Amino acid sequence: MESSKNETVHISRRNFLGYASVFAGAATLISAASCKKDDMPSSNDGIDLGSGDIGILNYAFALEQLEAAFYIRVADNPYSGITAAETALLKDIRDHEIAHREFFRKALGTKAIPDLEVNFSSIQFESRTSVLNTAKAFEDLGVSAYNGAGKLITSPDYLLLAGKIVSVEARHAALIRDLISNGSFADMTVIDANGLEMSKAPAEVLMTASGFLKSKINASNLPTS
Amino acid sequence: MNLHHIITEIEKTDPEIYDRFSNRRASIKNFSSFAGKVALAAVPIALGGLFKKAYGQSSTSIIDVLNYALTLEYLEAEFYQKGNQAGATLIPTMPAQQAISTIGAHETAHVNFLKTAITASGGTPVSKPTFDFTAKGTFNDVFTNYQTFLAVAQTFEDTGVRAYKGQAANLISNNDVLTAALNIHSVEARHASHIRQMRKANGFGDVKPWITGKNSGIGSVVQASYNGEETTMQAGIEITNINNTNVNADAASEAFDEPLSMQEVLAIVTPFLM
Repeated sequence: MESSKNETVHISRRNFLGYASVFAGAATLISAASCKKDDMPSSNDGIDLGSGDIGILNYAFALEQLEAAFYIRVADNPYSGITAAETALLKDIRDHEIAHREFFRKALGTKAIPDLEVNFSSIQFESRTSVLNTAKAFEDLGVSAYNGAGKLITSPDYLLLAGKIVSVEARHAALIRDLISNGSFADMTVIDANGLEMSKAPAEVLMTASGFLKSKINASNLPTS
Repeated sequence: MNLHHIITEIEKTDPEIYDRFSNRRASIKNFSSFAGKVALAAVPIALGGLFKKAYGQSSTSIIDVLNYALTLEYLEAEFYQKGNQAGATLIPTMPAQQAISTIGAHETAHVNFLKTAITASGGTPVSKPTFDFTAKGTFNDVFTNYQTFLAVAQTFEDTGVRAYKGQAANLISNNDVLTAALNIHSVEARHASHIRQMRKANGFGDVKPWITGKNSGIGSVVQASYNGEETTMQAGIEITNINNTNVNADAASEAFDEPLSMQEVLAIVTPFLM
């Protein structure tokens, strides 16, 4: 039983690598073309997420690293006045984010980006307001990031995996919002008149995320459609 | 919707269609009487299922998926409309009434959005079926008992999340439709999270905003909507204690929501159709 499990992991890694090599060829051309149009030289600095589906998985891995690091800090430094119910819920979220982070690390194997250095200097971990507002920003951002990444994924299997994660992030987002203000789980700041949530492109998401990261991320090789 | 036209068109390119359906021949020939008995909205789903079986592969069109989503949104929208109409006799507090009103407004918006999307894609939106929210007597007090109402609401929302997730791959060829479906999917998950909190706060069920194992906190009558959620294996990777972390099996199951196929969802929804 154990060996067959290992086998499955092995095969799935090989699939990832297979995709990676297919994309490597195409992506070199695309990035060579898009670099010239890019007016921001700094966007080519830093940790390269890569291209194709691997790039999107690394993008998700980066966001999950950020979220996991945040909730680990929150659980280790509970804000003043935290209730038992809040402690339990925030620990659950921490564990979900760790599960996501480690899933991507394992699935990506040698293609995984390194561990990111975070910058949480703007967060007051002793303040409920500061922690929950940051959590809300991260969760809403995460949902819109996965929503926006869906169309950039070419593999139906990875698309499904993104779908399995994004709805859990949305459950988190709704809870955190309700902890801040009951009933704000899906208010008009995140849902439009058609009842649709927002989608955000990687560039927009990473701009927000960069405020919480010491590491620089280079998303210039990610697919754009 | 013109089923005979669809089948006639297929017959032109695939004269063997009736043979492919082999022992389903009779059911095809009787489709018009079948359609008369079954709620109209269920027909394309049944038809899609028939095609899938006949050709042995997934060939669900984008219009089929949108009409399937529309059917589920009709169900949710009417459910919350009826709940809102019952008002304080059903939903005791103002914040709860506001939450149900917010969710209902989203579902109605989804109905209208999907109708527009289907028409814009050259399809015809299915008509709204007639619903039986008691599910043939399983939930007789659904609009008079708050606990029953929220149990059905939770089941609809969690099922809706799984239903959209199950169709993502069928939309992969159309970026706009895929993105729209994802943008509805996450809203359903937010609803599910809130309804689950409402149930917990009222002592109706020991549930969290996320799904632990395959527990509904409701009972066996809704189990089909939760089966499969307990998995801790993703893409061949075991999530429990992954990379020597303390992620336990509950967290591993909670961290990933699972899809449902059209057939599975249809089986869940059928008792709610007249």
